[in-house]
Amino acid sequence: MKFNSQLMEELVTTYGPSGNEDNIRIYIKEQIEDYVDKIEVDSLGNLIARKKGNGKKIMIAAHMDQIGLMITDIDKDGFLRFTNVGGISPYILMSQKVIFENGRVGVVYVEPIEDISKLKLSNMFIDIGVNNKEEAENLVNIGDICIYKPDYSENDNVIHTRYLDDRVGCYVAIEAIKGIKNPKNDLYFVFTVQEEVGLRGAKTSAFKVEPDIGIAIDVTGSGDTPKAKTFAVGLNEGTAIKIKDNSIITHPKLREHMVNIARNNDIPYQMEVLEHGGTDSGAIHLTKEGVPTGAISIPTRYVHSTIETASKKDILDSVKLLIKLLESDIQL
Amino acid sequence: MDIKELLEALCNTNSISGDEYRLEGIIMPVFKEFTDDIVVDKLGNIIALKKGYNNKGNIKVMLAAHMDEIGLMVKHIEENGFIRFTSIGGIDPRTILGQEVIVHGKENLFGVIGSKPPHLQEKDEIDRAIKIEDMTIDVGFTKEQLMNLISIGDTISIRRDFKTLQGNRITARALDDKAGVAAMYECIKELSRLQHEPDVYFVSTVQEEVGVRGAFTSAYGINPHIGIAIDVGFGATPELSKTDTLEMGKGPGITIGGNIHPGLRKKLVDVAKDYNIPFQYEIAPGPTGTDGRAIQITREGIPTLCLSIPLRYMHTSVEVVDILDIKNTAKLLAFFITTITNTNLEGLLCY
Amino acid sequence: MLLKKLTEASGVSGNEKEVRNIILDEIQDFVDDIKVDRLGNIIAYKKGKDNPKKLMITAHMDEVGLMITDIDDMGLLKFTTVGGIDKRILVSKPVLIGDNKVLGVIGAKPIHLQKREEWQNALEIEQLYIDIGVNNKTEGEKLVSIGDYVIFNSQYVEFGDKLVKAKALDNRVGCSLLIELIKEIEDIGFYGVFTVMEEVGLVGAGPVAYTVEPDLSIILEGTLCYDIPKLDSHLIPTHLNKGPAISLMDRTTLFDMEFRKRITKIAEENHIPYQYRKSSMGGNDSGKIHTTKEGSVTATISVPCRNIHSPTSVMSKQDYENTYKLLKTILLEYEKGEL
Repeated sequence: MKFNSQLMEELVTTYGPSGNEDNIRIYIKEQIEDYVDKIEVDSLGNLIARKKGNGKKIMIAAHMDQIGLMITDIDKDGFLRFTNVGGISPYILMSQKVIFENGRVGVVYVEPIEDISKLKLSNMFIDIGVNNKEEAENLVNIGDICIYKPDYSENDNVIHTRYLDDRVGCYVAIEAIKGIKNPKNDLYFVFTVQEEVGLRGAKTSAFKVEPDIGIAIDVTGSGDTPKAKTFAVGLNEGTAIKIKDNSIITHPKLREHMVNIARNNDIPYQMEVLEHGGTDSGAIHLTKEGVPTGAISIPTRYVHSTIETASKKDILDSVKLLIKLLESDIQL
Repeated sequence: MDIKELLEALCNTNSISGDEYRLEGIIMPVFKEFTDDIVVDKLGNIIALKKGYNNKGNIKVMLAAHMDEIGLMVKHIEENGFIRFTSIGGIDPRTILGQEVIVHGKENLFGVIGSKPPHLQEKDEIDRAIKIEDMTIDVGFTKEQLMNLISIGDTISIRRDFKTLQGNRITARALDDKAGVAAMYECIKELSRLQHEPDVYFVSTVQEEVGVRGAFTSAYGINPHIGIAIDVGFGATPELSKTDTLEMGKGPGITIGGNIHPGLRKKLVDVAKDYNIPFQYEIAPGPTGTDGRAIQITREGIPTLCLSIPLRYMHTSVEVVDILDIKNTAKLLAFFITTITNTNLEGLLCY
Repeated sequence: MLLKKLTEASGVSGNEKEVRNIILDEIQDFVDDIKVDRLGNIIAYKKGKDNPKKLMITAHMDEVGLMITDIDDMGLLKFTTVGGIDKRILVSKPVLIGDNKVLGVIGAKPIHLQKREEWQNALEIEQLYIDIGVNNKTEGEKLVSIGDYVIFNSQYVEFGDKLVKAKALDNRVGCSLLIELIKEIEDIGFYGVFTVMEEVGLVGAGPVAYTVEPDLSIILEGTLCYDIPKLDSHLIPTHLNKGPAISLMDRTTLFDMEFRKRITKIAEENHIPYQYRKSSMGGNDSGKIHTTKEGSVTATISVPCRNIHSPTSVMSKQDYENTYKLLKTILLEYEKGEL
């Protein structure tokens, strides 16, 4: 399998913050519609694509939303104030470029402050290069959401870009959709909305799909950078099979099955014990009477920054593991 | 089986959230003896059903006590074989320093949680609690030797045996909430001597300590008319304010607050008074920290009660309860269930 | 007067009975179906002509307050808070306890006897107690029980230029709007829902949405208003007298953009003033409603209330009237199938 740089780049550069996922949904739909049997969009905006099969009903969730900034105020000089949509650190946001759905670019800066450790989002503003409120209002409305302006680079080994979280999960799911020819199991690939604000899309889509098994595909952190907090996951060490995060303890038998598949197919893997965070798997496994759920994670450095970094090899290993898993006979 | 024997078996078996399957072999056979059906659901909750007599309207009462316990988990193995770990559930790091532990790898490995000798500590260090991330477990093997024995994600429990103190008091790890499971068992035995109309579901739930997870899915599946969570409450000790605690040996705490259906609570208190069962009040204005919080908001909403067994030193490895409190909890539950009938249920639930 | 009756009633989260009974009394002759569910929520339905989308309008009935935890040997009452109350507003206030509304006061140590450092620190709840004038525990127990709910003793007062002061404006103002809609609107079908225990964690709303299965919901609220002078405009969540506040996002919901824009367009077309709720803090029943079952679309429309969650909340009658006007217009659009 070759790394599909074009798909990856298009995924991370397509607009789609939490609550306004229309553009990315249209993009993903175009990528997969020839490879699936049925596509629907539910009332929160989740994209649900089914590849029919006779075995277990499996829901695969990758979230397509991004973190961003929502405009709450426009001052008389045309500067924008905002609140965060999802987890945004003011230190990372400082002096970044942002882009709105209509393509307007702005830059983020801060009121003069004495002590940089007091940096807060409420002291920061966006400059979109206008002269006054009226000009600004012709371009941007209160309630609009902007995202970090795309900036993609890759080399033979890794990708550096904003929004690997979780467009890399979308990538893995899309490649699996294309790679599976005759599905053994009944597969529901769900590209979920609003994960970054509380796993909301996964909650409602899992209720609708009622799967026998759930699999979330998302990024995890890494413990292999200088003085990193102890975490036994690193880049180029293979795909990560989740044991726990703050939203789930994965189903032990499903987890064991995933490990066996990785071993039997010589797919490098590492076990992930994450001490914070959560993924769509957290919402899926508590749906109705409960759904045995696991998660495949892509080891990623600097999550929620503008320079998220992941290894191409780990990404391809994740695709491989997902395909083999979905083509296997799963007995729990 | 005697309640104390059951408790001993339960407490001496590790069942850290996610690992509750280890208790199936203990709970299933003893509950089976008195119930009509017993199953393990998709997340691992053990659900035992005791059918009611002449239950025309198919009314259902669900009891829930969680069988999981807090613990530790391997997150990294250092080059010299020391194990780095994280916590599962709410652990006070100060209570685990210097403890003996069992690492549940391919086989159970003995280890100790080490600390820096006092001689080498700086003056200001001695007043600071040590963080979990700065602690290690020494199991006495090198990394190479450990690779085939332990993997990332293995659970670790504090090594502590069930012991009897004076009178009716016992001490063990994880009496929170195995005391609740034992109370359900006593309740089944009581009920087998009494006649009751409702079908009663006894649910030993999973993953309460990490977010009342098992209660959500089991309550959804059973969809009971009444849900009752049996958990532990803070036992009185000198440093705690009287208003936050329950006295040991004076019966279960009956919770009052938004999580609790007021009509059912009144009935529960009446039953306690009628049968001379001691009880205390426990105040919880909002959702409780028990399975009850999940049960209440399941589906269209389920009228819920919470009973708390007084327990001292919660979330340490030396928790203490009074067996009499467990027995009184069971008795109160059993008599309460016998007073719920197809005829009076609607009236009790009405606002 | 409806709002006076509603705000002066007792309805701390988990003890909404008195408010519920007032609402049931007010609306039962104007609805086609009404029930109180297992948690105490009121679910009322008004029939109208067929509409492909099911509309639900909700307001929570409960208010923040206190709850008695202990009666000490002197007959003084210890308490805890129910919902989010700033402990600093409690001292030196009269309160009413339990179903019989026993009067009590929350006292404090005289300033003369305090050390200078003491002034600087807020009083902790543990330092406060309620005095009902009894001599000992036995006398206290005759009047008050552990678990009794406590409300502020605060009357409805109209003052200034069309302003209202009352306790529990959050959210009796929403209840009042919804009651008036139910009474006045004819031939438009919708669910009118009054929920319990919003203030302690949106408890009632999830089960309600599970039962009703709405396509569209409008949540009515009294929301925070902090329009003090010299504050930067982006730090002011809402202003008094600038009309109903439409929510953008909060901790529990990213409000559906299409629906929100539809509502502001309706307001503009009908010359009804509106403002955005600029804060993303807080949350309301929408959080549970829009993620129940397969999910649905929600919006929140609020009347701005100064000093929210205190005994002296303040709102403007003009905002109330404009909010009502907006709601009525939205319902007319809904009837035309244009929502």
